[in-house]
Amino acid sequence: MYEGAVQDLIDELGRLPGVGPKSAQRIAFHILSADPADTTRLSQAIQRVKDTVRFCVRCWNVSEQEECRVCRDPRREPSLVCVVEEARDVVAIERTREYRGRYHVLGGAISPIDGIGPDDLHVKELLTRLGAEPVAEVIIATNPNIEGEATASYLSRLIAPLGVRVTRLASGLPVGGDLDYADEVTLGRAFAGRRDV
Amino acid sequence: MLLTRIELQDVRSYAATAVGLDAGVTVLVGPNAQGKTNLLEAVHRAATGGSHRVSGDQPLVRAGEELGVIRLELRTDEGRRRTLELEVGTSRRTRTRVDGQDVRRSSDALGVLRVVLFAPEDVAIVRGDPGERRRFLDDLLAQRRPAYAAARSEYDRVLKQRNNLLKQARHLGPSARDAAAATLDVWTEQLVTHATSVIAARIAAVHALAGHVDRSYRDLADRPERIRLTYRSSAGLDVVGDPDEGVPEREPIETAVRTALAEVAGDERHRAVTLVGPHRDDLDLDIGELPARSHSSHGEAWSLALALKLSTYEVLAEVGDRPIVLLDDVFAELDETRRGRLADACGRWDQVLVTAAVEDDVPLEGARLDVRIEGGISSVHTRPAAAGGAA
Ligand SMILES: [Zn+2]
Repeated sequence: MYEGAVQDLIDELGRLPGVGPKSAQRIAFHILSADPADTTRLSQAIQRVKDTVRFCVRCWNVSEQEECRVCRDPRREPSLVCVVEEARDVVAIERTREYRGRYHVLGGAISPIDGIGPDDLHVKELLTRLGAEPVAEVIIATNPNIEGEATASYLSRLIAPLGVRVTRLASGLPVGGDLDYADEVTLGRAFAGRRDV
Repeated sequence: MLLTRIELQDVRSYAATAVGLDAGVTVLVGPNAQGKTNLLEAVHRAATGGSHRVSGDQPLVRAGEELGVIRLELRTDEGRRRTLELEVGTSRRTRTRVDGQDVRRSSDALGVLRVVLFAPEDVAIVRGDPGERRRFLDDLLAQRRPAYAAARSEYDRVLKQRNNLLKQARHLGPSARDAAAATLDVWTEQLVTHATSVIAARIAAVHALAGHVDRSYRDLADRPERIRLTYRSSAGLDVVGDPDEGVPEREPIETAVRTALAEVAGDERHRAVTLVGPHRDDLDLDIGELPARSHSSHGEAWSLALALKLSTYEVLAEVGDRPIVLLDDVFAELDETRRGRLADACGRWDQVLVTAAVEDDVPLEGARLDVRIEGGISSVHTRPAAAGGAA
């Protein structure tokens, strides 16, 4: 254990995803010995992201305005909605430049182990959108793992009776991997080969 | 394939040991508790992949040390040289390297080294709980095709999710339970899909094993009884192993699992646990008309366990490299006739590592390595190959 401020910093860093106690300690001491200008920039970046970035009121993507850049873009096809787990999946798909529709970010996947059910995701908001927007096809691009598949299957059962076409990104994605690990070529191919579910 | 070199550093009773190996038979000789079995265990561990649990491999590390290293050099049937390295820590996950490169998951190293290990404890396959027989089939399938290990762990994940949901549903009020039921259907379908993959693969393995086990048992035990293998699924499917059958159709299995789950739905709600699936299946072994688990003598159970293990050699060799055979303390348990039969079989394999406390128990030509322990540390000593056994 270290004295007050240092230990507080280690504790806070340790709460970040993917940062273990040893890494937290290493980062803390790096910050301690870093140039004050660098650490000021870091703390300002953190503060600014919390002050200015929020979630798009339409699709739950991250946004600096009420609606995100994709939703504001009049060239995007409003009849296509691609459902993803996280905002970082939007970035991965945007990089392929293959997709011209809009998104809907669920905020996770159904996982009883983690206590996450449909009510903890933006599922109701998706259904509301399907009633209010001229959506003809929903492309489900949840991760190709157990939880992503279960979520896809749950959504397709919910949406299909509404008369909206539901498709799932074809495989070609690494099994068990997160969507944002898929390289751009593979993802591009996945869009071309999506299948009805 | 051939194992050409074993290096152990702080593994079990070994501090630092390197052993070069040739094709054919190598007998590790030494009194009990000198470290012979530890050597075979290390090889087997490397072949079957590090444990998924952080603490799973800890007992492999020599007492008082923090890190143990198993390093193996191999030559494939095509003549390619490969290395496989396991770094086992007492406070972290096992790290695996194939040809010098780190692998992301330990299961990625499955199939690099293929071994068939038989040890006296394997009699539990015949006489133990159903879990022993499930593990026997799963280990075989995972070594045969690494994709099976992935399918099996995906099934486990679905099972864990579904059981969790069943437990949560038990504590819910009526309206919340309806909502949970909608997601339960989804998990049930996931379970059906993944259960079918596991069951189909296991049935295919039973078909592939059936003929070999029957022949191998009658040969080893010198007895006329036929051996019958039956995959008995909790989904109400009984499939008798038949060498003329192959991979079964998915659809009938899917239907059986789905139907069986529907039948136990009420029970599952009460007990909050999944009652149908490959995690509750069994492999029935019959000698003649009698179930081996309850009606076999020690000798019969032993011969059958050995026949099962030796048959996995044939099933593994069907796809990919021929495995290395590890026989731990086997010959001492056998009478003269069965020793001779097993020795004949050893002559058919590319490489066999045999441990024995008494050298004369092993009627095999081949290299001899002496294993000794001094001050708690094991060492291996090579002897000139001319010093053969009692054959
Ligand atoms: Zn948006």
